[in-house]
Amino acid sequence: MTNHWNDFKNADVFLIMGSNPASNHPVSFKWIQDAVERRGAKIICVDPRFTQSASRAHLYAPLRSGTDIAFLGGMIKYILEKQLYHLDYVLNYTNASFLVNPAFKLPGQNGGVFSGLKDGKYEKDTWTYQTGADGVIKKDKTLQDPNCVFQLLKKHYSRYTPELVSRITGTPKEKLIEVYKLYGSTGKPNKAGVELYAMGWTQHTVGVQNIRAMCIVQLLLGNMGIAGGGIAAMRGESNVQGSTDHGLLFHIWPGYLSVPTGALTTLALYNEKQTPKTKEKDSLNWWKNKPKYVASFLRSMYGKNMTLDESYNALPKIDDGANYSWLMIFDQMYKEKFTGFFAWGMNPACSGAHSNKVRQALGKLDWMVNVNLFDNETGSFWRGPGMDSAKIKTEVFMLPCASSVEKEGSIANSGRLQQWRYKAIPYYGDSKPDGDIMSEIFFKVRDLYAKQGGPNAAAITKLTWPYGKYIGKEFHYEPRKVAAEINGYFLEDKKMENPTKKGEFKEFKKGDLVPTFAWLQDDGSTSSGCWVYCGSVDKEKGILPMRRGQADPTGLGLYSEWAWCWPLNRRIIYNGASVDLSGKPWDPSRAVIKWDAKEEKWKGDVPDGVGNPGKGRPPFIMKPDGVASLFGPGLADGPFPEHYEPLECPVERNLLSPQKNNPAIKRFDKKGVGSDLDKYSGVASCDPRFPFICATYRVSEHWQTGVLTRWCPWLAEMQPGMFVEMSEELAKMRGIKTGDKCTVSSARGEVECTAIVTPRFKPFEIDGNTIHEVGIPWHFGWITTKDRTYNSGDKKAEVFTTGDSANLVTPTIGDANTMIPESKAFMVNVVKKGVK
Amino acid sequence: MNVSRRGFLKISGAVAAVSGLGINLTPISAHAQELKIKYAKETTTVCPYCSVGCSIIVSVRDGKVINTEGDPDSPINRGALCSKGGSIYQMAVNENRLGKPLYRAPFAREWKEVDWEWALDKIAHNIKKSRDKSFKTANAKGEVVNRCEGIASVGSAAMDLEECFTYQKFLRGLGLVYIEHQARI
Repeated sequence: MTNHWNDFKNADVFLIMGSNPASNHPVSFKWIQDAVERRGAKIICVDPRFTQSASRAHLYAPLRSGTDIAFLGGMIKYILEKQLYHLDYVLNYTNASFLVNPAFKLPGQNGGVFSGLKDGKYEKDTWTYQTGADGVIKKDKTLQDPNCVFQLLKKHYSRYTPELVSRITGTPKEKLIEVYKLYGSTGKPNKAGVELYAMGWTQHTVGVQNIRAMCIVQLLLGNMGIAGGGIAAMRGESNVQGSTDHGLLFHIWPGYLSVPTGALTTLALYNEKQTPKTKEKDSLNWWKNKPKYVASFLRSMYGKNMTLDESYNALPKIDDGANYSWLMIFDQMYKEKFTGFFAWGMNPACSGAHSNKVRQALGKLDWMVNVNLFDNETGSFWRGPGMDSAKIKTEVFMLPCASSVEKEGSIANSGRLQQWRYKAIPYYGDSKPDGDIMSEIFFKVRDLYAKQGGPNAAAITKLTWPYGKYIGKEFHYEPRKVAAEINGYFLEDKKMENPTKKGEFKEFKKGDLVPTFAWLQDDGSTSSGCWVYCGSVDKEKGILPMRRGQADPTGLGLYSEWAWCWPLNRRIIYNGASVDLSGKPWDPSRAVIKWDAKEEKWKGDVPDGVGNPGKGRPPFIMKPDGVASLFGPGLADGPFPEHYEPLECPVERNLLSPQKNNPAIKRFDKKGVGSDLDKYSGVASCDPRFPFICATYRVSEHWQTGVLTRWCPWLAEMQPGMFVEMSEELAKMRGIKTGDKCTVSSARGEVECTAIVTPRFKPFEIDGNTIHEVGIPWHFGWITTKDRTYNSGDKKAEVFTTGDSANLVTPTIGDANTMIPESKAFMVNVVKKGVK
Repeated sequence: MNVSRRGFLKISGAVAAVSGLGINLTPISAHAQELKIKYAKETTTVCPYCSVGCSIIVSVRDGKVINTEGDPDSPINRGALCSKGGSIYQMAVNENRLGKPLYRAPFAREWKEVDWEWALDKIAHNIKKSRDKSFKTANAKGEVVNRCEGIASVGSAAMDLEECFTYQKFLRGLGLVYIEHQARI
């Protein structure tokens, strides 16, 4: 989230699209409702289904799953045509005026793809800006040049007429216009609109571009950086913000530092190639500091046990262009490329797209370690449905971990707020905290390498691990020490000039905490595990995420003394864009930051990017050129979002262009890429065997695969099993009544569901055809069902649930940038159980 | 942080007066609550489920959780919880939790309870064997890559921040590149 949960109370218009917060982030509605009641805010909900959020909305518009870019492209066109945009903001805080390479071609003039497509990948040599002899980007502040970003944007989205958008999305034309008009009203400087998305936007082959489309809308309307504005990425797990920040992904080290490739043979080369540069004279280009964060991260791994260069060399490198993400892991596992696997605090046998492939893949391992609170479908995969355990070689360790109330540590919510949790009770049984378990495994592995050696053994033996102590034979991990390491400290005595105040010097002693990331160094004199968290532990005030202060001097709900928020306790990022060029808030009644001329400093939130008023520093300092990107050449699949159909879809062609699907996605159905299990329907042409669109979703009473919640009897009673929700029209057509047992099947598998027939789904009229969509929740799994085999010693849920995972039917196809699977738009059949 | 009941009521009462946000701590209900959690020690936690980050007060007596309820001091939830957050008590007090390390030998049909030391030793040996067998010092282009290609990891957003940091340290130290978790799905 660019803003935070409390900030919802400051909004004038909510666009809930790609999410259902009333069900899945219920407490967020406390602040949405507050805005409705106190400010007269309006809620728009756009969703294939009339969700609980829709029931609280002032305006609901249905849309077919997978057509969000068409819908939003129409909105961009409407905003531009009716001139609803915030001109000063667009002109000064975005790249609207930048002149693009005249050789760049838009899909409308290039067969549905951008210029540069070659063998399913874009070569980006035309996705560039025109520069002068001095290297500075050429601009046209009148926004009239046909090659300027603003004109290209206009031209690109001129194709997204309400008529065409309505034929693609199935949204009635008058509903489109109503939504566009209401949301477009937030383009006035004294209005704020916020967008709320979740997995409804990410789980598509065009997932990143869904969000990009909304970023363009928000930038045109001047909604970024202001109170009540922004983009709310509502994440699905209590600490998935934190786990992402800390680099538990193949492509990033903690703090969003790219994982090095083999081609970057030295740290110096990595720094040279990975550190953004700019010729824009007023741009701060914050990422120029990257080498400091990289060096500090390397120190947090190896301390002074190695030099910085040695640390860099010791760490693993990926291959250029190779992908090691989720779908690839299970593909490679299925192809017997791994002997070992950790499923730590996860249940991929239910959460992984195409769970049948995942479950088969687990059987190809030599060993697996599964750490969890409860028995689950992953740890016990070898005795699941259709498995013959006598034929499965995988050795499995299921390790019990302590729950969140049995240990201490912190988690970061969607608003980047880091909050501390405390130990309330002893560990259950012989369970241990994850930190203890991983430490003990590490020590044992380290001992083996110390004694026996092995390839690159120093990378293991020289890791620092000063996080706890042995009591008897057991190691006790101390999260407070790790929190300090993540913040960072000085490794030597140092006298330094204050990086934000020239002429002021400060002395630090070896071991002192680094006050903020502005003080981190590239020479190896500082260590910091994750630079964005630098400043979270204070020498005097201790661990700031423990704070419980209630002060809210601005009245905007920033609550700056409640816990701690990255970066630098800034509650609204990009807030430098909430003021005009002279430093005056666009909306004085909702001033996130205010310049105090007497004290010569900003007050309110921690200012972001903004220099002293009138100095002309563009506020989006994480972008090399200082402005936000309407034109975004960094992505794999185009600088502007373009509508493409989901891989599995119910239409013969893309009504916008001859290019049906996102041309830059990794196709597992191509020869030599996927496996025999990667099957799809309706790709080239509609497949009558699987005529209905399907999307997975969640209910309030369960969480993720249900790995915890299915074991809680209150929750299992409230939502007892797998169901399929469908329209009255579809139910009639298939002879299905609420409560009937049904089979939902796709090209990959099937899952048994109880039918729930509701008017919340309505058939879509798509270009003259009636198209049905159904929805299935993904919280269920066989381990908590009644009829499975129970061995002695097996735990039995107090309240059984029915059915298995929705992911038995979802496809192994991912977004072009992230490879997040397309679980929100794929094709299925639904029949009453037993009907062929 | 340990919040005394009195301090907690004092703070939350003051907040209620200022903000008027949906807290109704009338003396009667406060009294009723006090009976239920009499002599209990209170700590705070944050809900482990969705990403809103609601605070919860956990009341413990004799080492057992006897009550969980929304924390009125949190500016985020001001005491409110959803159905999942409201059921944290059942996650904290649940006899179906895994209490012992379990081991399933190749081709076995059942779990076997094992002790930690044995399990962790065996895991460490497995790691070494897999890593040594699959370790790649250089790639096809001859670039130094120092990676272990034979082990993958998924997880976890269910861990604390500190554990996430430590876990990535462990994995990258081993040389893993197949490192993924919930954020990708």
